[in-house]
Amino acid sequence: MDDRLGIGSRWQALILLVALGVLTIPIVIGYLWIVISTFSQRTYGLVPVDASGQPGGLTLRNWSFLWTDPNIWRVSLNSLILALGLTVGVVLVSSLAGYALSRISFPGRRIFLGTTLVLHAFPSITLLIAIFFVLRWISGIPVLGRGIPLIGGFGYNTLGGVILVMVALQLPLGIWLMKGFFDQISWDIERAALIDGCSRLRTWWQIILPQIRPGIAALSIFSFISGWNEFLIPYTYITDSQNSTIAAYLNSLLGDTAPVNYSQVAAVGLFQLIPVILFFIFTQEYLLSIFAGGTKGGT
Amino acid sequence: MSESTSAISTPNAGEARGVGASLRSLLGPWLFMGPAMVLVVVFFFVPVVIILTISLTDMSTATGFSNWKWVQFENYQRIASHPNTGQVLSNTIRYVALTLSLFNVGMALVIALLTTHVPRRAGILFRSLWLLPRLTPSVVYIMMWRYVAADAPYGILNRHLLGPLGIQPTNWLPAQPWLFVVLTNGFIGASFGMVIFTSAIESIHRDYMVAALVDGCSPWQRIRYVILPLIRWPLLFVTTYQTLSLLTSFEQILLLTDGQFGTEVWSLWAYHRALSNYWGNFQWGFGAALSAVLVLIGVVMAFVYMRFFQFNQLVQEPKIEVL
Repeated sequence: MDDRLGIGSRWQALILLVALGVLTIPIVIGYLWIVISTFSQRTYGLVPVDASGQPGGLTLRNWSFLWTDPNIWRVSLNSLILALGLTVGVVLVSSLAGYALSRISFPGRRIFLGTTLVLHAFPSITLLIAIFFVLRWISGIPVLGRGIPLIGGFGYNTLGGVILVMVALQLPLGIWLMKGFFDQISWDIERAALIDGCSRLRTWWQIILPQIRPGIAALSIFSFISGWNEFLIPYTYITDSQNSTIAAYLNSLLGDTAPVNYSQVAAVGLFQLIPVILFFIFTQEYLLSIFAGGTKGGT
Repeated sequence: MSESTSAISTPNAGEARGVGASLRSLLGPWLFMGPAMVLVVVFFFVPVVIILTISLTDMSTATGFSNWKWVQFENYQRIASHPNTGQVLSNTIRYVALTLSLFNVGMALVIALLTTHVPRRAGILFRSLWLLPRLTPSVVYIMMWRYVAADAPYGILNRHLLGPLGIQPTNWLPAQPWLFVVLTNGFIGASFGMVIFTSAIESIHRDYMVAALVDGCSPWQRIRYVILPLIRWPLLFVTTYQTLSLLTSFEQILLLTDGQFGTEVWSLWAYHRALSNYWGNFQWGFGAALSAVLVLIGVVMAFVYMRFFQFNQLVQEPKIEVL
């Protein structure tokens, strides 16, 4: 009855559900293990055991970092700033450029569109060494380099610098997505606005942007999650623990000389995952539609 | 297309047709494009030039930033004659081909088809579960897989599946390294294609779907002759886009095996040589040359896929000429 594409009987739907369930088992088991292990001294398979290997040994000790280690709150705040900064940056820059590429005819348009596509092929991670030199150069610029409150500036070893690098690396995807969404808007609305005397910038801001809210929401969610989870870039360009992020904090638990407490690592990881999941539950309709705009070209 | 649109012009065109108007039409697009252009130049073009330049030097920790010298194409010659090159190349091809075909496209298509044929809420639930690996911090995600593979008594596989079957427990990660490299990357990679394929399938007009059934198609025939041809472009897009993503991604392999057990791929090789190795001698010149080869492969592939994509159709001219 609620069979969406109108095939078959209840039995058929049941068979499909079972098939889906079987394919999804590794994910369910894996995350079950993460949850169980954060409340256990150690685990044998999925069974929590105590130090002598007997079943039992449930504990809250793995979560004690929440009230014993004030660092966790500072790195969480830094991650939040990074994620929000990345979101604002990516959405603003991509929607400006995406609009121009979709709606304005100017010389160099085709070249730039082609370039953004090719940029995705650049192994951004292997540009790490080179970007290091660029950030050091930005550090030398007065005020912009390291004189801005909250994000520190845009140079090496600042949150702002990391945000800037990440915005740049996300641009190819962001611009293409935004262009796809702009492409779908009716020309008549825009024409009417222009005839009524709107400037192009004002048309973009007041008329067009409100129409692609789902696209902006999708890109925001995607950027926020990448910023919150990113490890390699903040880890490479932030040496100061004051500016460190939660992913780097998680990694530092593995790198210390003391024996690694994997259950605690899992707990910190779960702590990092919780806001993402909450965020995701409330916004998943948008996230799942993220690519709908970008792939309309050929279909 | 242009005759209907060229009639429109700025309201004040009459009086301002002079320096002002032409200045505006010259500056206008760059107002929009400016921030993106600056970021792309500073964080893509400049670094690529730096990488290409470094790849022509013998720069390493031994030489520092001041005592290096130009070696022309020596680094590239070293790559060509290096004993590991063939092995790493075949590893890379194996990694990309297996992960792409089995998961990033194959599993993504299966999940998308299944979740669009079950009740809506169940479909959303399963798609959300498949997105979890992408949302999880990679350190924890890989740790989870290590525990799946671990030796008895810790390993999930040994204790709950293979033990009861009477199979000798072992640490399956070194025993079957490629299986786990493909699984860890695949479970993350599948979600990208899944999301795209789902929205493509859902946007197929219902009339087609119903008509197929009225004509007596079996569900399988409808997938084969109606759905697959209609999602041809998303399929091509995901295949090419994910090929490039896989070629340059190494974070999961780095955390899982660090290239041990014969799982070193090209991008990880570059990373090891340039930024992280046991000897502490970072060979920036050689690593940069390795990256440059990857950039070249990526750019060539990007052009191939722009051809596939009929790039010209994507950049249709805008319908309003004025600024």
